Amino acid sequence: MTSPQAPVPGVASGDGPATFVVELTAFNGPLDLLLSLIRDEKIDIYDIPIAHICTQFLAKMHELALNDAAEYLEMAARLVRIKALMLLPRHEGVEGWEDPRAELVRRLLEYQQMREIVDVLERLGEDRRNRFARAWSPALTAPPQAPLALSLVELLAAVDRVLRVSKDPGMHDVVPRALDVDGAIAIVRAVLALRAEARWRDVVRADAEPWEVLSALLALLELARRSELRLAQPRPFADVEIRRELAGEAA
Amino acid sequence: MNSLAKLLEAALFASPRPIPTEELAALDEEASRAAIQSALDELREHYNVDGHGVELVEQGGGWQILTRPEYTEAIERAQMAVRPHRLSGAALETLAIIAYRQPIGRAEIAEIRGVDVGAILKSLLERGLIEVTARGEGLGRPLLYGTTPLFLEQFALRHLGELPRVDELAIALRRPEAPAPPEPVPAGDA
Repeated sequence: MTSPQAPVPGVASGDGPATFVVELTAFNGPLDLLLSLIRDEKIDIYDIPIAHICTQFLAKMHELALNDAAEYLEMAARLVRIKALMLLPRHEGVEGWEDPRAELVRRLLEYQQMREIVDVLERLGEDRRNRFARAWSPALTAPPQAPLALSLVELLAAVDRVLRVSKDPGMHDVVPRALDVDGAIAIVRAVLALRAEARWRDVVRADAEPWEVLSALLALLELARRSELRLAQPRPFADVEIRRELAGEAA
Repeated sequence: MNSLAKLLEAALFASPRPIPTEELAALDEEASRAAIQSALDELREHYNVDGHGVELVEQGGGWQILTRPEYTEAIERAQMAVRPHRLSGAALETLAIIAYRQPIGRAEIAEIRGVDVGAILKSLLERGLIEVTARGEGLGRPLLYGTTPLFLEQFALRHLGELPRVDELAIALRRPEAPAPPEPVPAGDA
C-alpha cells in the first residue's frame, strides 16, 4: 500500500486553501485516509489520540477537497462523536466501560488486514498478467487501450485492410491517376523546339483527359518558373499564348 | 519425454484454460495418478532444462502452459496478445474482501471498505472475476458474491487455500474483548 503524498506540514492548523488537487482515487476511502494519517504520524493504532487525528482528518479532507464526499463526512462525524464520548467523565476502574474507540480500531485493523491481502493479490496478479496462455480469448477481445499507440503508417495500413475486405458500395468510382508533369514538360519543350510561339491547343490534345490537362498546366507553370517560356493571355478565356524565352533557351 | 508426457503436452497446448490433474488423468485411463504426476514433472523439467519460451505452471485450478514473463513486452508490442488491464486499488480491495469472506453481500463489503462498492461490483462481475453465488437472509434477500475460477487463474492461484491465511498476516484481528497490552499513552491526548 502506498501513501501518495508526503506528510504536509501545517495541516493541523488548517491554514490556507489547497495548493494542489489530489484525485479522489489517491485514497480508497475514509479508512484508507485515516490509516495513512496514523502511519504518517506514527500513532499507535490501539491508542489513537482522537482529538489530534480528528483535526488532521478534517484538514486533509479540506486539503483534498473531499468536503462533499459523504463517506468522508460520515467518518469525520464519527471521529467527532468518539472525541465527545472520550470527554465524558468516567470513574476509574468501573467495569463495563468500553473504549469509544474500540469499534473504530476494529474497523481500521480489519481494513489494514484487507490491505495486506490486496498487496498479495497485486503481486500475484501482476506476475500472472505478464504471462500469456494459449489463445486467451477474453484478452484478445478487450478494447484497445486509449490513446491508440499507432503510427500514421499503421493507421493507413489498417484503413487499407478494411477497405480491401469491404464490399464495393457502388456509389461512384474514383480512379486515382498520377499526373505526368515530366511527360507534359517534354511535350511543351518539343513543341517550342519547333517554333518560338505556341498556343494552349498545341500542347493539349482536344480530347485530353483531365489528368493530361492538369499535367500540361503544371508543366507550363513549371517551365515559366524556370524561365524557359513566357505565358500570356490577351483577354479572359482567350487561348493561352506560349512564347519561348530566350534566356531559358540559352540555358 | 515418454509418450504420456507428450500426450499431456498436446492436451495442455490445445486447451485455452488450465486443466485440473483429474481431467488430465482421464486422457489415459491406464495411467495411474503417480504416472500422470511424474509425466507432468517431466514436462515441466523439459521446459525448464531445455530453455523454452514457455513453461508449465500449476495455477487457476489446473495445469497450463504459459509464456515466460521476459517475452511479454515483445509479444505485446507486436500486438499478438494483450495483457488484461490492471485492476484499480478499489477493485482489488473489493476482490480481497470477497475472496476471504465469500459469500458476502454488498453492504458488508461497503462496511469493511468504508465506501459504497456498487459500481466496482458491477465491473468485477463484467470481468468475470466474481459471480452471484447465493442470496442472503434478511431484508430484500441481498445478493451474495463469490470469486470465480477466472479469479484463481488471473491471480495464479491453484485454489483459494493458497491465499495467505488470516492469522498469517502481519496484523491479526484483535477482538475488543481481548484488550491490547498496556502501552504508554501519548501526552496531550483527548
